Amino acid sequence: MSAAYVTKSPWVVHYDGSSCNGCDIEVLACLTPMYDVERFGIINCGNPKHADVFLVTGSVNEQNKGIVKQIYEQMPEPKVVVAVGICACSGGIFKDCYNVMGGVDQVIPVDAYVPGCAARPEAIIDAVVKGLGVLQAKRDAMVKAVEAPAEEAAEAAAEEVATEEKKAVAVPPIFTMAEIKVNTMDFLKK
Amino acid sequence: MIVKAIISVVAFLVLGPFVGGLLAGLDRKLSAKMQRRVGPPVLQPFYDVGKLFQKEKQTPTRFQDFYVLLFVVFIIASGVLFFMGGDLLLVIFTLTIGAAFLIIAAYSSNSPYAELGAERELLAMMAYEPMVLITVIGFYMYGGSFKVSEIMAADNMAFLPMIGIFFGWVFILTLKFRKSPFDLSMSHHAHQELVRGATTEFVGRTMGWVEISHWYENVFLLGFVFLFFANGTAWGWIIGIVVAILAYFFEVFIDNCFARMKWQFAFKSAWVVAVVLGMINLFVLYICF
Repeated sequence: MSAAYVTKSPWVVHYDGSSCNGCDIEVLACLTPMYDVERFGIINCGNPKHADVFLVTGSVNEQNKGIVKQIYEQMPEPKVVVAVGICACSGGIFKDCYNVMGGVDQVIPVDAYVPGCAARPEAIIDAVVKGLGVLQAKRDAMVKAVEAPAEEAAEAAAEEVATEEKKAVAVPPIFTMAEIKVNTMDFLKK
Repeated sequence: MIVKAIISVVAFLVLGPFVGGLLAGLDRKLSAKMQRRVGPPVLQPFYDVGKLFQKEKQTPTRFQDFYVLLFVVFIIASGVLFFMGGDLLLVIFTLTIGAAFLIIAAYSSNSPYAELGAERELLAMMAYEPMVLITVIGFYMYGGSFKVSEIMAADNMAFLPMIGIFFGWVFILTLKFRKSPFDLSMSHHAHQELVRGATTEFVGRTMGWVEISHWYENVFLLGFVFLFFANGTAWGWIIGIVVAILAYFFEVFIDNCFARMKWQFAFKSAWVVAVVLGMINLFVLYICF
């Protein structure tokens, strides 16, 4: 098995769906001397073709679903999606707006959810670091697909897609949707 | 002589990327310290390249990867020619061909960001090329030879008689290393207006190879700094290596002190430096030697 470089240099691309900029400021706060995510080799690279981790803030709507999909498709495998903030998780307080589709998982598979309004920088860093486990799992799946015998390749590739889809669901997000709902309710009560 | 050349070429091929990657890691660590951050591990550039080689293969056009391959080959070839003690003219022509293939690779992707980055890289090339030529001519006028091996074995250091050319060379190193204020074609730092400039469309291992050849290129460009101090003695070696390392960290310092300038400034300042420092120094060499 190849060395685990994928977990040592996660480059991040950040997209603001329809966020109020609260979560975006917290994402950028991670880069400041206070939190300094470059300690973990994390770079905010702004280029989907170089990125490993896709940070989405804000909910997805009819205007930007194509853009979110395109950025996701431009990222080479293995890749991980992190929904930052309650709007990206479920749509948040905008959920019932006529143009809002809901969380990012309505459009692309999400691997980690970070609740909060705005999400804390510590929680964002935690989500990216947890996402590294998923990154490694996807890389291992890639290696296995290459090593599979030629006649089984097509079959394996089909399975690959299936397991990967399952994995996206199976890997426990740092907070489950139920917890998020509880958190949101607490937040709204406050 | 031949044995010595073979040893230094093998040393360059094997140790070059390690030294270059380590310098890049120290660069990032030092930059972080200057910004009061902890910074990544010193080996981070190696992790980054290792990661890039583990990514999925993806390319907008297969010509791009072929051009990048040629870029890698010619950059390494120019370093090999330099370290085997070859002809300086041949070295800089090979280097220019290598640089040209990177620009063609960026153009071939048809991405607007990469194209604009390529255009800026072309302008940067136009900016630094006169000084590169003046440096080589200066070595010839002082030592009477274009051969690196003969310059290395000279009796006197070329540094003092060529002091103007030395500072001119250090100036264009900023352009060659693509450090601020002249990192306009591609930048290692976060967001810039061109996404990642000329390297925008290089994915996975293609980007990994570009990084590795930059390491080779950096080591070989610092070799030029070393050449100013080589006089065939141990002291020449020690001073040369120390100054080469100092020059690298001076570039890091400059990188952290400046914002990115427009290409007009890069072009004008590089030519002014080439004319003022380079040409006057050449004139002095013409009169005195």
